[in-house]
Order: sequence, then C-alpha cells, then structure tokens
Amino acid sequence: MKNNPIVEQNSFSEKSSLKIALIGNPNCGKSTLFNVLTGLKQSTANFPGATVDKKTGVVKIKNTSGKIISVEFIDLPGIYSLHPKSLDEKIAVDFLCDQNHPDHPDLTLFIADASNLKRSLVLAAQIIDLKIPVVIALNMMDVVEKRGMEIDAVLLSEKLGVEIIPISARLETGIDLLRQGIVSLVQIPLKEIFNKEIITKGNEADQTIARYKIITEIISGCLKIKMKKDEEVFSSRTDKILTHKIWGYVIFLSVLLLIFESVFFIASYPMKWIESLFIFFSQWGTQHLPKGEFSDLLVNGVLAGLSGVVVFIPQIALLFFFIAILEDSGYMARVSFIMDKIMRKFGLNGRSVIPLLSGVACAVPAIMSTRTISNWKERLITIMITPLMSCSARLPVYALLIALVVPAETKFGFLNMQGIVLMFLYLIGFLAAIGAAFVMKYLIKSKERSFFIMELPPYRSPRWKNVGLAIVDRVKVFLFDAGKVIIAISIILWFLASHAPGNKFEEIEKKYSDYSEMIDADKHPEKINNLPQQVAAEKLEASFAGILGKFIEPVIKPLGFDWKVGIALVTSFAAREVFVGTMATIYSVGDNTNAMSIREKMSAEINTETQKPRYTFAVGFALMLFYAFAMQCMSTLAVVYRETKSLKWPVLQFIYMGTLAYIASFVAYHLFK
Amino acid sequence: MKNGNGTLLTIAELRLGEKAIIDSFTDLEVSLKLLEMGCLPGEIIQVNNIAPFGDPIAISVGGYVLGLRKAEASSVIVKSINEK
Repeated sequence: MKNNPIVEQNSFSEKSSLKIALIGNPNCGKSTLFNVLTGLKQSTANFPGATVDKKTGVVKIKNTSGKIISVEFIDLPGIYSLHPKSLDEKIAVDFLCDQNHPDHPDLTLFIADASNLKRSLVLAAQIIDLKIPVVIALNMMDVVEKRGMEIDAVLLSEKLGVEIIPISARLETGIDLLRQGIVSLVQIPLKEIFNKEIITKGNEADQTIARYKIITEIISGCLKIKMKKDEEVFSSRTDKILTHKIWGYVIFLSVLLLIFESVFFIASYPMKWIESLFIFFSQWGTQHLPKGEFSDLLVNGVLAGLSGVVVFIPQIALLFFFIAILEDSGYMARVSFIMDKIMRKFGLNGRSVIPLLSGVACAVPAIMSTRTISNWKERLITIMITPLMSCSARLPVYALLIALVVPAETKFGFLNMQGIVLMFLYLIGFLAAIGAAFVMKYLIKSKERSFFIMELPPYRSPRWKNVGLAIVDRVKVFLFDAGKVIIAISIILWFLASHAPGNKFEEIEKKYSDYSEMIDADKHPEKINNLPQQVAAEKLEASFAGILGKFIEPVIKPLGFDWKVGIALVTSFAAREVFVGTMATIYSVGDNTNAMSIREKMSAEINTETQKPRYTFAVGFALMLFYAFAMQCMSTLAVVYRETKSLKWPVLQFIYMGTLAYIASFVAYHLFK
Repeated sequence: MKNGNGTLLTIAELRLGEKAIIDSFTDLEVSLKLLEMGCLPGEIIQVNNIAPFGDPIAISVGGYVLGLRKAEASSVIVKSINEK
C-alpha cells in the first residue's frame, strides 16, 4: 500500500483487510460454514457487555489480482428477523445496523438455507435493504438436489441485485468460489426489495406477511421442482421411536448412562496421568528450586492451583464431545421436546435437562452448556441449581466419610448400606435442585415470556469438524477464564496455610528440633519418621488458616464440627476434593493418597467432651450433607460469574447453597445425635 | 367425529397426522415468532408428533419441523382440510 497510494472510493477490493459478518437463520449451517472458512484459526470472545460469544477467525485469501487480503470472519448469533426477540438476536442486529459499531463489518455474508428458501430470503432482503454490501451463500444445495428441486441462482441474483454463490458447507463444495466472491467483488446493492410503503403498513405481523408475499413472487420462476420426494420419512420414523412415551425415555436414560460412565471412567485415566505429571513437577520443584518463599509459592500455590484446573480438562473435553454429537445430530432437540412439560413445572425448560445431568460429572461444563436455553430466567435458574447435583469432586469426600461412619453391613442379603447412603446423597442433591428451581420460579422476576418454539432439525450424522472445534473452544474458555480465578484463590489459600502471625513457625520448628535431638533415632525410628508430619500439623494449627478454622469453630459447632473440620471447610472452598488432602495434613498422616490411614486416624479420635469417638454417625452424616449442598467450588463460581456477567448471581448462589447446607447439617446432626 | 372441511379450530385441537391451513393468530407475540419462522396464513401444516403427556407438539410447515407448546399452538387458528 505504501508504494501504491490509491484513493479509496468505497471500493473494498483495494482494502488489505476486510471484516465480514456471517449472518443467517438458526440451523442454516452458519457455524459449519464458519468452521470450514476459519478452521482452527478461530477464537471466542464476548460481545461487549453481553454473555453472547463472539467467534472470530482471521484468514488470508488471495484475490483475483493476486493480492493477499486478510479477512476477519465474525460469526453472529442466528436470527429470524431484524426485529430482535432475544438478547442473542439483539446483539446480531445492533452489530449489523449500527454504522458506528466498533466492529461494523465491511461486508455481510448471508447464509441462506436453500432448502428453506422463502424464510431465508425474507431476512436476506431486509439486510439488502439496509444498503450494506451483501454476498449470499446459498447453502444446503445438496439437500435441495436430493429433494428433487432446482434453484436458478443466476436469475435469483439478478432479481435481488446481489451476488449469490451456491455452496454446501457440509460437503465443502463451492467454498473456493465463495472465498473469491468475498474478496473480489464487493458492491453496495442498488435495488430496494421491500417498498417502504408496503412494509410500514399495519403492525409487525402485517409487515412480515407483506414481506413474505414479495419474496414468494421473487422466488417463483427461480425454483423448479423436478420431482417430489418425501425425504422426511427417515426423520419422522426415527422420531416415532426417540420421542415414544416409553422408548423415548428408555433411550434417553441409556444415552445418559453411556455418557456418565465414559466421563467417569475414560476420563479417570488421563486425569491420573495429569495428576502424576503435576506430582512429578512439584517433586522436581521441591528438590531443584532454591529453598525459599518464592519457590514455595510456585510449587504449593501456583502449581497446585494449576493442577486443579488442568485435571478437569479430560472430563470437560469428553462431556463436550458427547454434547456436541447430540447437538449436531439433532437428538438434543428431541430430548428437549420430550422433557419440556416435566421441566416446565419447575420453572425450567426442556433445554435444562442436559446441563442438570451433566452436573453429575462437573458443574463447570454443565453451566457452560446452559447457553442453549434462550429464555434468560430459565437459563438463570438452571445455572443456579446445577451445582446442587452431586459432582465427581464430592465423590472422594463421600467415600472417606461413608467408610468412616457407615458400617459395611448388608441388609436383606443384597443391599449394601454404604452404597445406599451414597445413592441417597446423589438423590438428595437432585431433589434439592428441583426444589430450589421450584422456589426460584416464584422469586426471579422476568418480563420475558417463556416460549418453547424451536425447530426440530432433520437427523444428520454429526460433522466431526464441528465436534472437534466445539471441544477445543470449550476447553480454551475453561482454561483461560476460570483458570485465572482458580489460581488466584489457590495462591491466597497457600498464603493462609503457610504463614502464621509473628514467629510462631520458628518456635514450632525449634521445639521439634530440640525434641529430635533428645530422642535416639536408632531406637525409635518411627518417632523420627513421623516428625515432619507432626511439625506440619502443628504449623497448620498455628497458621492463618488454622486461626480461621478456630475462628469459625463457634459457627460450625452446632453442626458437630470442630476447628479441624473448619480448616478443611475453608480450604475446600477452592475445590471440594481438597477436603481429603487437608484432613490428611491435619491428622498428620504421611501418605496423603492412602484414604485408609486417614480414616483410621479419624475414627480413633476421641471427643474430649463426651469421651466417645469424635466422628459419630451424626457428625459424619452432617458433614456429608454439608458437602452435598454447600457451594465449595471456586471454578463453578468463576464460571457462574462469567456466564451471568454479574457478581450478584454467584454471591446469591453461594449464600443460598450455604444456608441450605447449614440447615441440613444442623437438622441431621441433632436428629442422629 | 371428523372435522369437516373448512372448520375453524386451533393447532392444539388437531389430531396426530391431521393437516390444516393456517388462518390467523390470536396472540401477537407468539404470531411474530411463528411468522418469522415461516408459519404464514395460507401455509399447510401437519401435526407430525405429539410429545409424551400430550405437550409440546411438533408440526411440519414449509418443509421443516417445528416444536411448540400447546399454549402456543392454541393461539393459531387453522382451517381443517378433510382429505377424503
């Protein structure tokens, strides 16, 4: 450009970079085309001030004169008209219509569903009338052909006054022509399709009808039906089974079972590898880094926090692998269809089912998947109740406590009591979620009406490119957005647990070093071996975390918990599974991974007031209920904050779940005491 | 009893597999959503599927399938077509 000064006269072909917005109806294949055009060069950000994702991707395209143009594609939410009904749609419309928008596109790439031509063109014509440069990609040409129809794209292009390029995003045909079309020819449409007088008469409904009339006239002559084939037969037959009043639910439950089994079991292998990798790193760090505050922060703060984030990636990736397949194949729409009536009674939507059930694995991806719910109130309720579903992080806590206080008895010859208690905990989490939804239905005010008007797209085999990119996208969002907060909290916790007021730590260390000099290491090797753990335990008690534990002891005493549990509750705030590790440190058990020895230590402890075991059934059960209900997960709170774009909701969620946990534990403790 | 040709009723009253022509709407907000999606007066619709417990229902219109709740379906007045 430097050596070649050209006066730009509205001529986009001279620009070296272009901004192009992708717009179209929902289900028109817009995302598939976006994925085809940008591949892995895409990234997700948020539209300013909204929860809606803005996907962009920059690619280089050579135009006909051989110049390389950098093209930024922006994927907008699917819309049905320029009269926005939901937040998603409003963002797309503002983006298109506002000339002063910072991201205002140079060109609009309209994706028309050729198999649903009339509906697509009504929207396309509205955009053409905005006098924004438009190129129409006539998508799903393969479907049109299969249906025995033919579209005269040239004639249609003449009638509309814009370039039309027939493509199939699925089969990736016509894509090169489309790329060329975008960078080579960019012109402002000169025709006005909807006469202003016609479309401003009457109310919005009348206007829409008037628009359809005009489009119907334009299409006639461009659309030839060679032979009529009923290709919907497959979809409707499959629907008969998948939405059957018995088989529909049986199949749905089987699909869920398969997903959760996979998320639990397949993911457990990579999770173990990640854990051992981080253990290796931290051991390496402890050995090779110079001793000091900074190394300690790096190993026990940052690295520990990082491992807490990374370890969730296999579960998130797997869960979104399945969710992407269910969505892309069209099955998800059917699940929403058969569940809507039941969910509606609780202020939810048919689309709330998947997030709720995903919560059994992990609330973080589950909450991210609520974006498919378009009604804000229903989506918010789903976000608020999902963490009540017992997630996989609670499992190690349950496992330790059940083994501690529930005898391994078998009732009626086959019912294992420990298993029954575990199942009860999962069940009570689900019931609490449904109950909370029912209450929130009346508490959360919303002017937005609840609708369930959704397209049931024909069944298709999932596009693996879409599935793969969906996984990459979700993992990236989790890693960078939630990760930042988790690491920050881990560093704070590290500070609290490794620092004490004054020179308390030095005193403890001195006491033990004096002690170790007194005893004969050859005669009592076990005493020497246990020393580091005893030092750690005493340090923890003296640390800020220990002080905090003692400080909250009066509050949790009515639940049967002492200050040691208090510390665990504080550290569990970062993640529930930290409970086991904290208990291990407090009870100075050398091997943190051996739950048995922690259990033995805990069950051997005597309550000084009653002279009975400290962990009675009442205490253990109250603690389990506390973990079932309380919001002790930094990652989830971070995601709720990100998804609701407000501090109000994560704070409210923390309070209501905490209150619920406190009351439930209190009642359970006093009932069983 | 079969509905005669041209009887006015709502989509919610149609039986599974029954066809009808869209006549008018009684709820502006619902009608806007449906119109945008191509449910126009004069279009032929068919009840494709009814969810367990009778709600929501799925209709085919203009070459695609639309799921909607009974409450929304009852705001669309249709003319029944007696196929025989």
